Amino acid sequence: MSTHSSRLAARLMVAPSVALLLVWMIVPLAMTLYYSFRLYRLISPDRTGWTGFTNYVWFFQSPDFWLAMGNTLVLVGGVLVITVTLGILIALLIDQPIKGQGVLRILVIAPFFVMPPVAASILENLFMHPQNGLFAAVSMALGYEPILFLQDYPMSSVIGIVSWEWLPFATLILLTSLQSLSSEQLEAAEMDGAGAFSRLRYIILPHMTRAITVVILIQTIFLLGIFGEIFTTTQGGPGSASTTLPYMIFKQAIAAKDIGRAAAGGIIAVILANIVAYFLMRGLGRNLDN
Amino acid sequence: MGKIELTKVRKSFGEVDVIPGIDLIIEDGEFVVFVGPSGCGKSTLLRLIAGLEDTTSGTIEIDGKDATNLPPAKRGLAMVFQSYALYPHMTVRKNIAFPLKMAGMDQAEQDKRVERAAKVLNLSNYLDRRPGQLSGGQRQRVAIGRAIVREPAAFLFDEPLSNLDAALRVGMRQEISELHQSLKTTMIYVTHDQVEAMTMADKIVVLNAGRIEQVGAPLELYNFPRNLFVAGFIGSPRMNFIEGAEAAKHNAQTIGIRPEHIAVGDGPWEGVVGLSEHLGSDSFLKVAVDGIGTLTVRAPGEVHAHHGDRIRLAPAGKIHRFDANGLAL
Ligand SMILES: Nc1ncnc2c1ncn2[C@@H]1O[C@H](COP(=O)(O)OP(=O)(O)O)[C@@H](O)[C@H]1O
Ligand SMILES: [Mg+2]
Repeated sequence: MSTHSSRLAARLMVAPSVALLLVWMIVPLAMTLYYSFRLYRLISPDRTGWTGFTNYVWFFQSPDFWLAMGNTLVLVGGVLVITVTLGILIALLIDQPIKGQGVLRILVIAPFFVMPPVAASILENLFMHPQNGLFAAVSMALGYEPILFLQDYPMSSVIGIVSWEWLPFATLILLTSLQSLSSEQLEAAEMDGAGAFSRLRYIILPHMTRAITVVILIQTIFLLGIFGEIFTTTQGGPGSASTTLPYMIFKQAIAAKDIGRAAAGGIIAVILANIVAYFLMRGLGRNLDN
Repeated sequence: MGKIELTKVRKSFGEVDVIPGIDLIIEDGEFVVFVGPSGCGKSTLLRLIAGLEDTTSGTIEIDGKDATNLPPAKRGLAMVFQSYALYPHMTVRKNIAFPLKMAGMDQAEQDKRVERAAKVLNLSNYLDRRPGQLSGGQRQRVAIGRAIVREPAAFLFDEPLSNLDAALRVGMRQEISELHQSLKTTMIYVTHDQVEAMTMADKIVVLNAGRIEQVGAPLELYNFPRNLFVAGFIGSPRMNFIEGAEAAKHNAQTIGIRPEHIAVGDGPWEGVVGLSEHLGSDSFLKVAVDGIGTLTVRAPGEVHAHHGDRIRLAPAGKIHRFDANGLAL
């Protein structure tokens, strides 16, 4: 792949997909950008026109906006911490040679195949429900009042639900990485006097940094856009306590039917995602090259 | 100090008895080589001594103390793995210092020992590199460095040279021998290569299917193999075995004669040369001898015999005699 003609051929063959992807990305982005500067409300479709930064200003002055920004970051950060930590622990656990390992692994991966709104409903109704939920039953059995998860701890509940969904993904990637660690390295460390904790700290975790980085980057991309779980559970409430940026955009677009504002919110979300991506790549990017 | 004593050590993986029962004493300061064909249980035996596998039964004593149930770290042994098992994300310095760090040694003493080991092993210029940036021979040296800084009671090597090319292998072989001479620490060295065993060992342990066939000094095994297996395994090219009438003349079921103990020229045996290899220093001939079968002959210097020639051969050295059970007479 390094003669002149082969490089040219490679570029030519890649060109159509690059062009397609570019259009795919640029057209919606350009349209969003266009609408974000327009007055465009579905309730009053005749009144249209340029409004400058009004839509953006509305967002920045909205009392919910900074809360929503904060919630978005808390959601992403919380889920990352939970899934990576638990993912490592579960991966370590199911990497042990035990009977029924194959079945166990499939069970661990299974939640990932459940659609987000369904997953949220399952957790909301079967686990967190104050009357019918498992947690409520446990609380009452121990003589306590059931916890009103969605009402008293809305963000934590959403984080819990989303973590439940993404934990399998993290576990799977981390397990694969763990399995690629040579057992001789661990045995060498054992002979060198490293106990279980030192082996984890000095051999296993450094070996897994790449996989951990991949998990963090991929999950961040998806978590920034989490919507379905909030829609099916807290609806952003109580009040705006669990409103995130995507949910706020949804409220503008669907509830308030204000396309211009929703588009402005979309652009803000894109900028937020880029800022997050920039810091992530600066902090973790070097883990990816070998 | 590193005297190691195995008593009735047995190891089975499930149904399979990989090591049916071994008694062996390794004296302090000895260079002992475990040699045997692939899959005969050499690595398993070494790992039992290291503590990386549990014995099924029997006891392992190190320096007179029962170590059968001690974890690897407590046995005071250091191991060099076939794959080197270096820690890829650490520099050479950190790799070598790792066992010291785990022992909680202070930084100044760690540095001193690492520098000293690096000097002995010619690694001083590479201390800040990662293992991935080193050649095979250098990685090997780092693995040895990591073993020697701990000043263990004994070193365990599992086929440490098998990943190196032939020239490097000879060099490292000598370096390990020199290391043994200067450290005078017990070394147990596993290999399937009998040349390595012959050149390095004070004492060779020949293993076959998990059993010890013979224990002895290299030349002892060469001159007085106890059975057919040892006779065939030690020495290169392999000893010729002759059965039937020729063996009966010597009152044996089988007789063995080494290729270097057959002279080309006049003699009682006559045959046709099948294959001839001329190395300059030696000539190897495969001769189909009438009434006996194919014999390998190693003649010193240049011999003018080629494919298809008829030549005569004579025994010119010890003839080993074996009974019907394959034991030496
Ligand atoms: N962990 C294990 N489980 C089952 N069988 C094993 C295991 N380790 C080794 N064996 C078997 O034990 C025998 C000896 O293996 P090994 O000690 O590695 O041989 P060598 O090092 O002499 O080539 C082989 O037949 C191998 O298949
Ligand atoms: Mg082996």
